[in-house]
Amino acid sequence: MKTIKQVWDWLEHRLELRDSIWPVMRHPVPAALAKPIGWMYVFGSMTLTLLMLQIVTGVCLAMIYQPTAADAYASLEYLNYEAPFGWLLRAIHYWSATGMVVMLMVHMTQVFLMGAFKYPRELTWLVGVGLLTTTLVLAFTGQVLRYDGDSYWGVSVAVSAAGRVPLAGPSIVHLILGGEYIGSETLSRFFTLHVFILPGLLIGLLVVHLYLVVKRGISEPPTPGEPVDKATYDEEYEKLLEKGIPFFPHALYRDGVACAMAVLIVVGLAVIFGPKGPGEIPDPTLIHAEPRPDWYFLPVFAMAALSPPSMETFLMLGLPVIGILALAAVPFVAGSGERSARRRPVAVLVVLVTFVTLMVLGWYGATSPWSPDMEAWSSTPVPDGIVEKLTPLELQGAVVFQNKCCRNCHALEGAGGKRGPDLTEVGIRMNPEAMVRQVVQGGGNMPAYAQQMNSAEVTALVAFLVKLRPAGIPPAAVPSAAAESLVAAPTDAP
Amino acid sequence: MTHSPSTSDSPDEERRGLLQWSAIVLGALATAAAGVPIVGFLLGPLRKREDQWTSAGKVEQFPIGQTRLIDLENPLHSLGDGDAGKIAVYVRRADEEKFQIFAINCTHLGCPVNWLADAGLFMCPCHGGVYYEDGSHASGPPPRGLFQYEHRLEKGALLVKLGHLPTLQQPG
Ligand code: FES
Repeated sequence: MKTIKQVWDWLEHRLELRDSIWPVMRHPVPAALAKPIGWMYVFGSMTLTLLMLQIVTGVCLAMIYQPTAADAYASLEYLNYEAPFGWLLRAIHYWSATGMVVMLMVHMTQVFLMGAFKYPRELTWLVGVGLLTTTLVLAFTGQVLRYDGDSYWGVSVAVSAAGRVPLAGPSIVHLILGGEYIGSETLSRFFTLHVFILPGLLIGLLVVHLYLVVKRGISEPPTPGEPVDKATYDEEYEKLLEKGIPFFPHALYRDGVACAMAVLIVVGLAVIFGPKGPGEIPDPTLIHAEPRPDWYFLPVFAMAALSPPSMETFLMLGLPVIGILALAAVPFVAGSGERSARRRPVAVLVVLVTFVTLMVLGWYGATSPWSPDMEAWSSTPVPDGIVEKLTPLELQGAVVFQNKCCRNCHALEGAGGKRGPDLTEVGIRMNPEAMVRQVVQGGGNMPAYAQQMNSAEVTALVAFLVKLRPAGIPPAAVPSAAAESLVAAPTDAP
Repeated sequence: MTHSPSTSDSPDEERRGLLQWSAIVLGALATAAAGVPIVGFLLGPLRKREDQWTSAGKVEQFPIGQTRLIDLENPLHSLGDGDAGKIAVYVRRADEEKFQIFAINCTHLGCPVNWLADAGLFMCPCHGGVYYEDGSHASGPPPRGLFQYEHRLEKGALLVKLGHLPTLQQPG
């Protein structure tokens, strides 16, 4: 006992913890946090806990991972199948990254809705925006380190977008790739970013963030009708803290419970779902890749496909920057005034619109109805029910339909590509002339097939398409919609 | 334990001025001495290497009227690239003399386009860009036709100038 005390005293004399850390641990926080509303204050700690899990698992993974294009894939497989618990560490690293992004969003939403970013905590928010950006870049670089086909083509897509930056485009591409093409230097660069530069930056920002959280205090739960006034706020907060409770241990218990839950959920997901990938070998000569990013980038992915060409470059490159700047501007636009969400309808609306937009775009990104199904022409036959009733000419048309890869974009009875309309009942929508015009001239998002089909093939194809309608319904006799408007144009000319 | 900050000013003003200047000048020199090589190293990839002529095979290998996907070695490839040092191109032989060499990268965002011989079209799996067999844009988001590499015929061999990843601002 005496020795322990001696060691402790010796350490204390060197460290002076009683003077430095202890006051910090015991710093007062608003008493309201001892009530159930205290549960709203745990999200930041949960994010932090998952970050620590990322650091520990990441360090372990780095002991095996080979950051060279030649060996990375094999080292991932080694982790998955050979290294003890390697698969689990990879899985935890992936799910914890997912959890981190989710918790960051929850944390920021809560801070935004409860007005905690207002005076005097503007800088805390600003640094938080920096943390969000860094985390997303970490997520992307991590996805590249999962070096498989998706990763290879993901880099290709990212630099194609970056290459559109006016003037500097090519230089940016070469800097990202570390050369002229995606190769070993590219992977090394991403590795360095992911394990040295970005974590360093993240920890730096985090230290500032936590320092500010302690120095400027945790915001008290908002009360409607008690706006933040820069002139009086500090004084009132001081008064509030006089009745406050010490952070350690009271507020820490909730944090502890929430963080433990976060870790348990992440590890649970990791055990159940296992590690992600690696998928196909990252070989640029295997062209049957259909790269799709990890879920947090699906909205951006969707935007690349849905935006009109004239806006595309702006939407891809400009919008994320504008988004970050808008987030950074929040405390300077609304730095004081009401904090309660009940008195801030615009803020609530902004949150709703943002989340709905992200989810819709994300859903599009995940299901991507715009991507053709590259195998459909050979793997998805015309349904039996349709083939049964066909004449020889129509059958010929069905063959043309398959061979010319129409199936890659058009579904029959729900099977096939979803890029163009489902053609199961096209016979009741379009008359033969309109079909010929559509096939030969293309239009909408369809290529013109004038050069790709001879007239016999077109005739057979149209005969087949006309047949596509429910039994007992006659083929469409009315001209197509476009032609209709020409014929039936209002005749108010004199 | 508390320490009172030192308040004594050195009596020797002149010597302190000299030291201050030395610290600034030497500090700047040291920063430059270490900084120049670091920044230079990081910006190294900005020094562009030219694409190089590579043989894509004998001319007879390419039947007239057909488009083929062929795998080559990227002439710029270096140690440790593994499979990433490979490069695939589409070779189309329109007639006896006329070749077209297409990059597999979609001009929209660089995904690998697929050649569908029966349909006579290149299709992109990412956002549905389509190109005709001569590489011109047929439909979908791509802003232009397929990137084409420079090529020439020499002693019965097809030579292609390859190396960098083509993008809109740096086409093939
Ligand atoms: S990358 Fe080919 S269509 Fe977008």
